[in-house]
Order: sequence, then C-alpha cells, then structure tokens
Amino acid sequence: MNSLRRWWWVLAMLAVVVAVWLALRPAGRLPASPGQRDADAAALKDLALIKRGAYLATIGDCAACHTARGGQPYAGGRLLATPFGDVPAPNITPDPATGIGQWRFDEFWRALHRGEGRQGEPLYPVFSYTSFTKVTRADALAIFAYLNSLRPVNQPDLPSGLDFPYNVRSGLVAWRALYFKPGVFKPDPAKTAEWNRGAYLVQGLGHCNECHTERDSLGGIKKDQHLSGGQIPALDWYAPDLSTQAGGGLAGWRAQDIVDLLKTGQSARGAAFGPMADVVRLSTQHLTDADLQAVATYLQSLPPRAAAAPAAPFARAASAEQGGKLYAQHCADCHGMDGNGVAAVYPPLNGNTSVTEPSGINAIRSVLLGGFAPATAGYPMPYSMPPFARQLSEAEIAALVTYIRQSWSNQADAVQPDEVRLYRHTPAD
Amino acid sequence: MTISAPRRSLPRAVVVLLAFCLCTAALAATPQSDAAPPVPDTLQQRVVACTSCHGSQGEGSPDSLGGPRLAGKPAGYLLQQLAYFQSGQRQHAPMEYVVRQLSPAYLRQIAEYFAKQDVPYRKLAVPAVSEEIMRRGEELVLHGDPSRAVPACDSCHGARLTGFEPMMPGVLGLSYGYISQQLVSWRTHTRAAEGPYCMGVVANRMRESDINAVSAWLANQTPPVGMHPQPASARTEPLPGWCVMGSSGVTP
Repeated sequence: MNSLRRWWWVLAMLAVVVAVWLALRPAGRLPASPGQRDADAAALKDLALIKRGAYLATIGDCAACHTARGGQPYAGGRLLATPFGDVPAPNITPDPATGIGQWRFDEFWRALHRGEGRQGEPLYPVFSYTSFTKVTRADALAIFAYLNSLRPVNQPDLPSGLDFPYNVRSGLVAWRALYFKPGVFKPDPAKTAEWNRGAYLVQGLGHCNECHTERDSLGGIKKDQHLSGGQIPALDWYAPDLSTQAGGGLAGWRAQDIVDLLKTGQSARGAAFGPMADVVRLSTQHLTDADLQAVATYLQSLPPRAAAAPAAPFARAASAEQGGKLYAQHCADCHGMDGNGVAAVYPPLNGNTSVTEPSGINAIRSVLLGGFAPATAGYPMPYSMPPFARQLSEAEIAALVTYIRQSWSNQADAVQPDEVRLYRHTPAD
Repeated sequence: MTISAPRRSLPRAVVVLLAFCLCTAALAATPQSDAAPPVPDTLQQRVVACTSCHGSQGEGSPDSLGGPRLAGKPAGYLLQQLAYFQSGQRQHAPMEYVVRQLSPAYLRQIAEYFAKQDVPYRKLAVPAVSEEIMRRGEELVLHGDPSRAVPACDSCHGARLTGFEPMMPGVLGLSYGYISQQLVSWRTHTRAAEGPYCMGVVANRMRESDINAVSAWLANQTPPVGMHPQPASARTEPLPGWCVMGSSGVTP
C-alpha cells in the first residue's frame, strides 16, 4: 500500500513536469504552405491594401513605440520603460537582417493575434497584443503589407533591460494564463454598425485600455474595469476614466467634444497633454471623421460610474487661502477666476477629470511642466502654458493644485509638497 | 394759429441727471465677470510657455541660470536648436517637453518671432573673478589658444561677436552660467549637432579653467545698443572647413 502511494506520487510529479514542459516549450517556427506564401506575396504588392495598412498602422500608433526619438520611423531603437525594466521596441521595417524582412504574414499574424514571436516564444505584453488580438486578419494583412512597403532600415534592436526574474520569458506563460485570451473582436449584432466600429477601434488597434484601465501589481489590466482610468506605469501620468455618463471622467462630454479632442487636441471640455498629446499628434488626428464619430459613439455608451462619495463632509485644505492667491496671480488670466477656461484655447479646470483624477499627478505635472497642446492639422498653432517648476516652490505648487482640485465643482483630495517633489524629478520625456 | 411745440432744450440739470442714470445703469449691467478675459489671437500670446523663462520679448532671464536671450538670434539657428531639442540631440528636460508637440511649421514661426524681436541687450551679473582670469578670457575670445588649436571665438561668431545670418549665433548678452553650461554640454554630448560638430571639438580642446575665463569675459561685455547678427554677406573670412555651419553659413 505504501509503495503504491509512492508510485502515485512519482506519477503525479511526472505529469506536472510534462505539463510544464508542454506549456513552456516554444511553439517553434510555423510551417509554410507554398499556396499561402504565394497569396501573401500577392497581397504585399496590392497598393490599395498598402494604403489601408498605412491608415491602420496610424490608428494603432505603431510608430510611437517602434521609433527612436529623432530616429527612422518604425526602425525600433526605443526603450520602453516598464515597472519590470526596459523593453526594447524592435525594428519593424522590412530589413531582412534586423527587421521583419524575412517574416511571413502568418508569423506576423501570430505575433499580433497570439503574442508570440517568430520562434513561437511568448512576447512581453508591453507589445499590446492584449488589445491587438482583437484586430481582424484582413486588417493585420493590410498593416503587414504597409510595413513591407517601407524602406528597409538596418538597425539592430537594443538589448533588453529587463530585471530578473522578468527577463525569463517562460514566466510569461503564467502571466498570459491570467491576463490574455486571444480572440478577434466579435461585433454585437444588437448594436449599430457605428458602435461596433468604435468598439473595434477602441478595444483593438487603438489599444486605449492599455493606458486607460488600471493595472495590478503584475502589470495585468484589471478585468471589468474597462476604460475606467488608471495610472500609467513608468510614465507617471494618469489616464482618466473615459465614461461620459454620470460619475464618469468625461461626464457631460458631447460626442463632438470627443471628436474635437481626438482630431485637434483641443475641445470645449479639455485639451490633450502629456502622453495623450503624443497620441493625438501621431495617431488620432489622422482618423477619418467617420471613425472619430464611431469612437465617440462607443465611448458615450460606456456605463455610468459609481460616484466615489466622500465619507466625511468635504473639507477644504488649510492652504486654500495661499492656493487661491497663487491661482489669481498665475492662473486666472487664462483659466478664469471661475475656472472655466476659454473654450478650445485654455482648458476648463472646473469639472476637468484631469484636475480631479485620484492621483493628482496630472495637475501637479501640468503645473510643473507647462507646455503646448499638440500642433495638429485642425489646430496648427496651439496656445501654451508656462512651466512653473522654477517659479514656484513645492509647497506653493501643492497649495495651488489643492486649490484647483477643491474649487468650483471640484472635490478631490489635497496634494502634498512631497508629491510635487517626487514628480519634479520624473523625466519629461 | 398753429400751435408749435416750444423747441426748448432740456434743462442742463436733467441732461446731467439722465446721463448719470444711463452710466450707472450701464455699469450695473456689466457683470463683474469671473470669466477669463478674451484671448489675443497673437503669436506673443501663444508662446507664453517660452516667454515665462526667456522674457516677454525673448530678452532672456536676468537670472544667470534662467532662460537665455533669444531676441535677435538668427532664425535659422533658433529653428535648428528647437529641432535638436525635439530629437534629443540637445538635452534640457524642460525645453524637450515644451517643444515636443510642435510641428516644423510652427517651430519655424516661433523661431522667426524671436529672431525679429528688437530689445536692448543687458549686461548680466558675473561671478567675481580675478583680473587675470578676465585677461585670459579676453585673450581666448580674441586670439584663441594656438598651442591647443583653440580658435578665437570671433573667427566664427564674427568680429562683433553677434553672429551671422542665418545660422551663426552671437555670444554676447548671455549669462556666465549659460555660456559655461553650454561649453560643458558640448563636452558631455548633451548638446550636439550633426557631426562633425565644431563646438564639440573646440570645447574639448579647452581647459576647464579656460571655459570659466571665456564665459566670464563674454558675460561681462556690455553689448552696444542695436547690435544684430550680421548678414551672411558680411563675413569676410571663410569658416574653418570642419565647421558644421560650412563656409556658406548654412548647415550642409
């Protein structure tokens, strides 16, 4: 009896070892059928497809990550900061030695759809395959055709800067089991074609969830918190909740406000700044009006959010008086004493989710850094805000930001000088 | 007999009273608005992110470590520097953030705006340095240091040290802190240009003490009123062959 139990135990261990090996072994190179290869080759010469791929690659904002600052578009060379270390964005120009020149479409599809590299190795999810898996095969083919039409750039990828144990790729198997389910977007037949188009763009190529949904400590996107806002890891900005309904970050935004912001960088309700300014400048300003409208329609359907009711009656910070004086002196000329700004020139602070978001980061860093709204085709000469990092002390900025977060209709927590000190030293890029 | 209405003017007191009433009514009707005032549709209003550090006319901050003077610098030079801040070839985090979202066309307009500002130079505070250091600074600016193959500043930046159109910046009206910081930046590659870049070569040939001397002497000059970069045609001697600006004064 005893020896039988031992045998069971050995068998169970063997089963675990086999299961782990099966799970971790690289899937290996995909076999290529000659017929498929010919079909892919024909697609790569289709000019209409390439043109569509250029548009789709712009919606996906592929160049934002796959381009080094001041470097050749899509040639990689950029390190993407994550809480687990830096991940290099690879060269995706068709260079045979250093880019994707030797990739076949089914390999590209497997990367986009299943998050697996050319050898079948699991890819790091800083490549947003958690969203890109929703992209249709037809759209992926168009993007692949476009990338193959680019001038090849010979530029080897940078070495990985991931820390142990995150540099061990097999660890991703568990991560993927928790957070990743491959699957193309399935249209909802109960909704309009416009809604479905918007949902497809937002959830898929637009990969809005990657920033606008909170991540947990393992870097996974929290389920059931679709687009409800979150701090962007390693970038130190807060991507706000995108619901336009009661309690939402964009409560009261009309479809036109969303379209305006994505197309021009400015709207009557707010302006794009920080990482979103990059997104507008590089990506969303190039969307067709129909696609912008679809995105707005979809975002407007996001559900109302539970109001985070303050338990205690709202109390104004002790520094309110100092904050009020600073506001009158430095901010009111543009944003008004009423905090309502000037439509499409200076954003309102009253009722602005970027002012009241939970972390306070956006308001603190905007005051520290100032800067311009993005220059777009629809708004080529945006107005700007002075940086106050040199002019004001940390205590003054904390008082000022707290005043803004607690004035008019705003009821957000006070911020502390320590937080200002922390973000004063976060890199601007 | 026809009755004609007496054409009498209103008594003066009534007129005054009426006017008073109208005025107070008008005043009362003007809301004590908390709304932001109308926004001027000007470049000056658009570039407050620049002028809050560089001065309302680009005259530069009086603070030695504040924004340097932009007014009157050649437009081509300013545009090139803005592009370098975008590409990261020139590094200064606040500037890199401010220029990040701007298009080449908008950058050009901003560069031209500051280039055409005409505002007097002012002398900026210089740290107390000995007469000997000042003399060494003057020597380097006017004659260079042949033993280390350091050219004189005025051999490229012009005899008046105010630069040339369209690319060569002047080196007067800048603070000690700014000039010395730039020379160090050339050495540490936080300020660069498309290679081969002459200032990197020159700065690396200089002794650290010479950077201090040159910066102090330049910052201590009182530039005459109305000084501007000279037209490119005013250049009599060709630039060294290895200079990034090239003999034409334009980046190759």
